Formats: sequence, structure tokens, C-alpha cells
Amino acid sequence: MSTTAKTLEALANREYKWGFVSDIEADALPPGLTEDVVHAISAKKNEPEFMLEWRLRAYRHWLKMERSAGEPKWANVTHPPIDYQQIVYYSAPKRTSDGPASLDEVDPKLLETFEKLGIPLSERKRLAGVAVDAVFDSVSVATTFKAKLAELGIIFCSFSEAVQNHPELVQKYLGSVVPYTDNFYAALNSAVFSDGSFCYIPKGVRCPMELSTYFRINAASSGQFERTLIVAEEGSYVSYLEGCTAPMRDENQLHAAVVELVALDSAQIKYSTVQNWYAGDAEGRGGIFNFVTKRGKCAGRRSKISWTQVETGSAITWKYPSVILQGDDSVGEFYSVALTANRQQADTGTKMIHIGENTRSTIISKGISAGRGNNTYRGLVKILPRAVNARNYTQCDSLLLGDRCGAHTFPYIEVGNASSIAEHEASTSKISDEQLFYCKQRGISGDNAVSIIINGFCKEVFKNLPMEFAVEATKLLGVSLEGSIG
Amino acid sequence: MLSIRNLSAGVENKPDILKRISLEVKAGEVHAIMGPNGSGKSTLAQVLAGHPGYIVTSGEVTYLGQDLLSLPAEERARAGLFLAFQYPVEIPGVSNAYFLKAAVNERRSRQGQEELDAIEFLQLLDEKLRVVEMDRSFVNRPVNEGFSGGEKKRNEILQMAVLEPKLAILDETDSGLDIDALKTVAQGVNRLRRPDNAMILVTHYQRLLQYVEPDRVHVLFDGQIVKSGGKELALELERKGYDWIREEVTAGEPAGSSVAR
Repeated sequence: MSTTAKTLEALANREYKWGFVSDIEADALPPGLTEDVVHAISAKKNEPEFMLEWRLRAYRHWLKMERSAGEPKWANVTHPPIDYQQIVYYSAPKRTSDGPASLDEVDPKLLETFEKLGIPLSERKRLAGVAVDAVFDSVSVATTFKAKLAELGIIFCSFSEAVQNHPELVQKYLGSVVPYTDNFYAALNSAVFSDGSFCYIPKGVRCPMELSTYFRINAASSGQFERTLIVAEEGSYVSYLEGCTAPMRDENQLHAAVVELVALDSAQIKYSTVQNWYAGDAEGRGGIFNFVTKRGKCAGRRSKISWTQVETGSAITWKYPSVILQGDDSVGEFYSVALTANRQQADTGTKMIHIGENTRSTIISKGISAGRGNNTYRGLVKILPRAVNARNYTQCDSLLLGDRCGAHTFPYIEVGNASSIAEHEASTSKISDEQLFYCKQRGISGDNAVSIIINGFCKEVFKNLPMEFAVEATKLLGVSLEGSIG
Repeated sequence: MLSIRNLSAGVENKPDILKRISLEVKAGEVHAIMGPNGSGKSTLAQVLAGHPGYIVTSGEVTYLGQDLLSLPAEERARAGLFLAFQYPVEIPGVSNAYFLKAAVNERRSRQGQEELDAIEFLQLLDEKLRVVEMDRSFVNRPVNEGFSGGEKKRNEILQMAVLEPKLAILDETDSGLDIDALKTVAQGVNRLRRPDNAMILVTHYQRLLQYVEPDRVHVLFDGQIVKSGGKELALELERKGYDWIREEVTAGEPAGSSVAR
């Protein structure tokens, strides 16, 4: 076996450090999905009527889809059929008291779990400059820096709290970017979502710290269906981070989230994700099915939405963070690194829908395939007739590690007027034995060499991540290579 | 420092490129290995550096008292063996500074020394840039990506200056250089020459040797060292050409069965 192959073998057999299970008593609904379950979730959350009605409409739509076409089949992934009646749709750590828990009331075991994951929530240890909403299975357990942000008029809380305290905002924006009719998983999410983060930046406010949500799946056979809604009013700015992990289990678990972003005139939203769900073992047993709908709407003029994602986990990733460029002169960006090792599958990319004049979009996608991983970029650049002078630049690069993995690119480009320009560049490369030897000749071990080369490949994406995340992302790819040749 | 005894090596399809080569290199010495194209010069350099594509069929190599051939490439490098590549490899997106810092620190940590932080490393780098007369902008560019031929070669010399090898093998570092670049490279090499290190210059032409004066010159022909001498041998070769060697060898002159020194 060549040295490259050996190094890559190790990459394929990487360990998952976040695979532990916390022993926490759960308040869960029995598995299965019926109208009663939708009623029960809404009741548990003490929701106003409009929420229940919306959920029920979504549920009925989903049911129709399930009975006709079923799950979307167009993605370049394969998996056994999902039995939606075997999934637990609500599971929350038991609480002694009712109402939103203050940090003192949070189960120490939960705090310990998050601390173990590197997300300390307690006053003393919390991360400087980052406000965190910690979501455990179906509910948010704590949100830090809430009071400090409130001084600026920024609302940052769990979705459940937003429904209670700011129903007018929720009603106005929920489903305004991703309607429940959008797709199968969005419909499912809309019916049963149990929590998530809500964030509102008032006019002219520049959010002084990174806002972040950390998602943790713990309970067995439960799905996680969270919803994030971010609204940036005129002239505001926010940078938002999202991280996620799950225990190692032999069964697949479903994560079907929806994220909606709304940017009004001159507002900017920067949304970064480091996705590290459990990916399953070397034989492809277990792992998270990450079927997520993320979309932003540049509703206002000169607004900007930027997605940066580093996808290293999940058995299957099905995800297309997109931007609807409605406002004139608005800007959409998508920077992505997707790593598939073992038998991981990723079908990911973006949609840039140009509606306004002079709208601009940039897509930089880096796919890394190792082991028997299968990596697909799927992107749509659609420039409508009225979007005069629109511009798009797309760059799709694939790096293949070994000879049993796959990389695929499906770009769709539709340009509806003569004044717009769409550019597409694509490349496929391998780490060569010569590159590895060059590094080794300088005293760099095979592990580090591969890690350095991969980091170089991903540089254009990593430089768009906030500092803390860039370090984590680099480490994550580094960790992936632990125990390789030396 | 380096002792090669009866080394035979090649690649899978051509296992007999080097035929029983013997060579002694002492600390403080600069040896030039000259020869026509295809004589095995680069093979010798790659074999000494531990390229996995080359197969050693017989012989032994001792480097600083260790069995060199039993060490993987990265350990040879950490033990102070440096190869300036004939064709330096591009590593897109990785800055020269990042790459070199990784190399320096990996060696330091394996040797039980503390790793250099960013500031200490940049100080070291600045100092070495002066030695090889290179611009600071050089170090922020991706390793060899988009470099001209001359820049790539100068970059090899910069890396050599930073890594401070005990034994440096320069594989055709002079090829493809214009006269100014050649002078810069030669100057760098001369400044790095010390009584406690050694260099092997692999070269096709004599012109690098006008600027870097070798202690010994060896002529490699058809995988064997057929002639060894002082620096005047290089001049003789330049004058008479490799045909002279070819004639001597085919006329039955004794080929390098003895140890070249």
C-alpha cells in the first residue's frame, strides 16, 4: 500500500470523540406521528392558537406528501426507508420546576454534558464574546448573555420563549422564507419542531458578540427537529454560529432542521456552521441523517447573507443553504467544506435566486472524499429576467483521498436576461505521493502532511469562519487524521 | 558523516539504475556529483532522502552513525538530512511560513525542544530571509504555487536555511536559473557552508561550481562513479565534455570499485 493510501486508511477510520451518552431522565412522547402528537407537542409548549394551526396545516401537508411521492428521491444518496412511526418526536430532559429555567435550575448533568463538549454555560466559565443557546434533544436548556444583549434591544432566546414573549414577530416571519410546503422534511419539521433559537437584531444595531446555538442529540431513537429564525432589521449586523454533536449509536437518527434568515435593507447576516454529527462507523452502521433546509432572504436593498459551512459529520447530509436575492444590490455568499469518509454521503450545495437588480452571489465549494465516502455538490444559480446586471461566481473543487471514494458535481445555471453573468469553475484533484514526500522530507509526519494539504485546500472557506470556529474546524479535520502513520 | 557502501538501487521497472556506488562525505566538505542525463544522479539524491518509489537492492548507507536506509523519510529529515528538490512540489493554499513553521516545530517537538511560537518563528524567518536575500512577501505565498522556476529554487534554499541541515543534497538546484538567480542561490549556499555540515551538489553543468567551490568532484556514469577528483575535474569535464568520460569507460578504464572520497 502506498503511503497516501495508508494515511487515508487512517482518515477513514477516524475516531469520534463526542459519542458519549449522558444519563439524563427524559420526558418523552411515545414514538410515532399522528395529529395527536402534534397537539401534544403544542400543548407541552403552551403555544398560542396560531402555532397549533400552523403545525396542523404542515402535518396534513406532510401526510399528503408521504402518501403520494414520499421522501425526495433526487438526491445522490442511498439509505434504507425511514419508518416515521418509529421516531420519538419529543424528548426533553426532565425539569423539576416549570417555566424557563435559569442557569441555577439547570440539571448539573446537562451543564456537565455541554462542558464536556467544550461549551461551558456557567457564568464563571462561559466563552468570552460568544452568546450560546444550548439545545439538548428537543429543548433549549440555557441561553447565555441574554440580559446583556437585551440592553441593545437584541432578542436572543429559545424558539419556545420567542413564541411566548414575542408572538407577533414569530407569526410575521415563521415560514416566510421556508414555507411548510417547501419540501418533505420542511413540512415534517414545521409540524413537530420542538425548539431552536430565535434571534432579532433591531434597526441599526451591530451585534457585539457572536451568537451561537449548540445542538446535542442524546436520547435514543429520537429525532431532532429544531427551527432557527433570525431577523436582521434595517442596517443591523449579526454573526451567528452553529455546532452540533450526537452519541455513537448503531441506529440512524433523523435530524431535520429548518433555518430561516431575513435581512432587511442594508442588513448583514453571517451564518457559520460546523456540523459534526455522529457519522456512523467504518461499515456505515449508525449515524445521523442530516436533512436540513436552510434559506435566507435578502428582503431589503443592499442586504447581505453569507453562509459558511464545514460539514464533517452525519451518515448522510442533505442540505442546501440558499439565498433569495430579492432586494436590489443584495449579496449572497456560500462557502462550504464537506468531508465524507468511511461510508458517509453528502449531497450539499446551494441555491442563489437572483430577483433584484445588480444582485451578486459567490459560491465556493470544497468537497473532500475519503474511504468510501460519496460527495456531491448540487447547486442552482437562477437569474430571473428582471434581475438585470446580476453576477454569480461559482467555484467547485473536489479532493479525492484514495480510490474508492466519489465526487460529483451537479451545477444548474439559469440566466434569464442578457446583462447578467454567471461563471462556473470546477476542479478535481488528489493528494499526490510527491506532495506527501515533499512534506516528509521537511520532517513533517504523514498525518500532519495530509492535514496541512487539506487545510490549504479549504483555506478560502476557513478564512470566512469567525476565529473560534476556524480553529475548531481546523482541529476537526486534524482530529480526523489521528492515529495515522508517523 | 555519510558513508555509502556498494549501494545498488532503482525503481520497479528499472531496478538497476545505481550500481554498487560507494562514497564518503565528511563534515565540512562539499562534494559535487556530475554526470550526463540519465546517469543516476537524481536517483541517488532521492534514495538518500528516502523516496518510497525507489528500491534499494543492496548495499548500506551510514549517516551520523545510523543505518540511514532503515529510517523513514521524515526521520531522515529530522536527523538533519535535507534535499533541495529538482522539481519542488506545489502545495496550494498553504503559505510558505505555515509550512516551514510546521516543519521546524515538528522536528523541535520530536527532539524534546520547545516549539517556536509565531513571533519567535517570524524572527527566525526574517533572519534567514536576509541570509538568502529574499523578500518578506515570499513567505506569505502558497508553497511553490505560481512560483517561477527560479523562485522555486530560491525557495528551496530558504527552506534549507531555516531547517539548518547537517547534510544538504542539492539536486540540480542550478538548472533553469538565469545568471543572477544562480548567483543568489550560490551565495546562499556559501553562507550556509560550515565546518560542521556537509553538502552534496548534484549538477549537470560546471557553472554552479564557479561560485560554490567543491572539495571533491565525482563523475557518475551509467549508475557508477567512474572518476573522482578535486575541483579541477569539473573544469576538465567542462572542457572535454561527457564524451571524454564515455570513451574512457568504454576503453576499459577501471570503474568505481573503490570508495570515492
